[in-house]
Amino acid sequence: MMKHFARRLKVQDNINTDYVISGRYKFKIQDPKELARYIFEDIDPEFAARVKKGDILVAGDNFGCGSSREQAPVALKQAGFQAVVAKSFARIFYRNAFNIGLLLVECNTNFIDDGDELEIDIEKSKVHNTSKGLKLDMKPLPMVMRKLLQDGGVIEHFKKHGGFKFE
Amino acid sequence: MGKTISEKILSNHAGKPVKAGDVAVCSVDFCFGQDGTSAIIIDSFKKLGVDKVFDKSKFCMVIDHSAPSPNIGVSEIHKKMRTFAKTFDVGLYDIGCGVCHQLIPQNGHVTCGDLVLGADSHTCTYGAINVFSTGVGSTDLAIALASGKNWFKVPETIKMIVKGKLPKGVTSKDIILHIAKDIGADGATYRSVEFYGEAISDLSVDARLTISNMAVEIGAKAGLMEADKKVLKWVSERTKKAPNPVKADIDARYCMVKEYDVSNLSPQVAKPHTVDNVSGVEELADVKIDQAYLGTCTNGRIEDLEIAAKILKGKSVHRDVKFIVAPASKEIYLEAAKKGIVKALVDAGAIIVAPGCGPCVGTHNGVLADGEVAISTANRNFKGRMGNPKGFIYLASPATVAASAIAGKIADPREYKKRL
Repeated sequence: MMKHFARRLKVQDNINTDYVISGRYKFKIQDPKELARYIFEDIDPEFAARVKKGDILVAGDNFGCGSSREQAPVALKQAGFQAVVAKSFARIFYRNAFNIGLLLVECNTNFIDDGDELEIDIEKSKVHNTSKGLKLDMKPLPMVMRKLLQDGGVIEHFKKHGGFKFE
Repeated sequence: MGKTISEKILSNHAGKPVKAGDVAVCSVDFCFGQDGTSAIIIDSFKKLGVDKVFDKSKFCMVIDHSAPSPNIGVSEIHKKMRTFAKTFDVGLYDIGCGVCHQLIPQNGHVTCGDLVLGADSHTCTYGAINVFSTGVGSTDLAIALASGKNWFKVPETIKMIVKGKLPKGVTSKDIILHIAKDIGADGATYRSVEFYGEAISDLSVDARLTISNMAVEIGAKAGLMEADKKVLKWVSERTKKAPNPVKADIDARYCMVKEYDVSNLSPQVAKPHTVDNVSGVEELADVKIDQAYLGTCTNGRIEDLEIAAKILKGKSVHRDVKFIVAPASKEIYLEAAKKGIVKALVDAGAIIVAPGCGPCVGTHNGVLADGEVAISTANRNFKGRMGNPKGFIYLASPATVAASAIAGKIADPREYKKRL
C-alpha cells in the first residue's frame, strides 16, 4: 500500500514523450538526474520544480505517445514519481515504464485534483483518493507487469530467472 | 477461427499458435538502435551481464538522429556507439549513411514474414513489406540483443480498406493523414492495423512505407500490408533472405473494420500540435511559412524528392522561406544527383543537408525561431519537436511542401498537376 500526493498536469490528454523530456535534452544528456530537471518543460515549465519524492503524476488519455525514448520514464522516476496514474497509456511507454520499475495505473483521473492524497492498492485494483473519500476502480495490472514490478524491472527479472518467467 | 497477419507472424516466432490477447515469448529476426536510444541499449546490455550479442548478423546501430553531431553531449554518445560496435563486432551505420528506417529495408536486413524490433517508434515502417516490426524502448532492445527474444502481447487488429483512385497531386501521405484525422492519435493503441484496397495496391512500395511509418501516430503496434508482386520484387532486389509472405485468413477476426474512399481526397495537412488535427489544404490558404522541410523516415525517399523537383524545377523558393532537404539515405542522395533532382532542388534554392533525421527531431539543421512556422514532410508536429516550443509545425506531403516553399504560404500542389 502506498500513500502519496497527486501532481496533475495542466494539459491532460495525448502527452507525448517529447513533452515528458524534449529532444533538446535527451539526445545529449546521459545523466538521469540532469534529465529530470527538464521534464515537461515545453508544456508546463514550472512543473518540474513542484515535484516531490513520492508524488504520483496524474494525466488523461494516451499518456506517453510518440517517441520510444526510454529517457521519458527514466526522467519521471528520477524526478521522484512513485507512479503515473492516467486514463490510458501508449504502448511503448507502458512497457518502458515497467521495464525500469515505474508503476503505471489506468483509472478515471477526472476525480483526482492536484494535491489530492492517493493510495494505490494493486491487489484490490483500487486507487483511493483519501482527500475526497473516493475509491476509484483501476484496470487490474496484467500478470507480466506485476512480475516485472515485483522483480524491480526487466533487467532484474531477466537476470533472476535466466530469461522470462511469467507463470 | 482464422488468423490475422500479426497472429500468424507472432505464432511463427513463438513456436506455437497464438491469438490476440495471448502473451508469448518470440524470437526476433533483426533488431537495432539509433543514436537517441543506443546509449541506454549499451548500458542495459552491460547490466544484463552477458558477454556477447545473440547474433552479430541480426543487429546494427544507426547514427542518424543528430548526424553529424551538433554538440559535445551527442559526440560522446556517438563515440560510445562506435566503441561498442568495435568491441562486439556488430554493424554500425555511421553519419551520412541515412535514416535507420530507410537503411534497414533498403539494405536487405529484413524480409516478408520477419519479426523485427527497433529502438525507435517508427520501426513499424516495414509493415508495408509484410514485416511485423515494432518500436520498443532501449532496455527491451537490450534484452533482444542479449537473448534473441522478447515477450509480446499479441495485438487485436483493425482492418482498413482504402478504396478509390487517388487524384493527381494527392499521395500516400494524404491517405494516412486523412486516416489519422478520422481515427485519432490513440485510435489504434495496443492494436495492429492491416491495410487493404485498390488505393493501397496502386501505390509503389516507397509510397506504402509512408503509410506504415505513421501507424504509430494512431497508436498502432504495427501497420501491416500483404506482400504482393511489387513487394516481392522490391524485397528480392535488396536481400538474399528468403521471403515468407504472410496473408490473413479469410475468416480472421478483426476488432474493427474501417473503409475509406480517397477518390475525392484533397491534399491533407496536420496543424499544430497534434498529428490528428488535420484539414484539407484548401482550408489553410493564408498560413504563411518560414521554413519548409523535405525528408525523414516518412518522406525522404527518391520519389518524394522527385515529385518536389518536378514542382520546383525552374522555379524559386520564396525569399522568406528556408527550404531544407535531407535525403533518407546516401543511396537516395546519389540517385537524386544522377537523375538531376539535386540540381533542380538546389537551383530553386533548397539547402541539402546530410542524409539523416535532420531537423525533424529538433537537434540541429534547422531549429525554428520563436513564432516561426514550418511545413514538413515528417510524421510529428508536437510542440517543440523542431527544437523550439514556440514554433509551429504543419505536416504534409512532399508535393504540398514543395508547392508551399514556392508560395511562401501553405499551397495546393494540384496547381502543378500538369508537371506531375
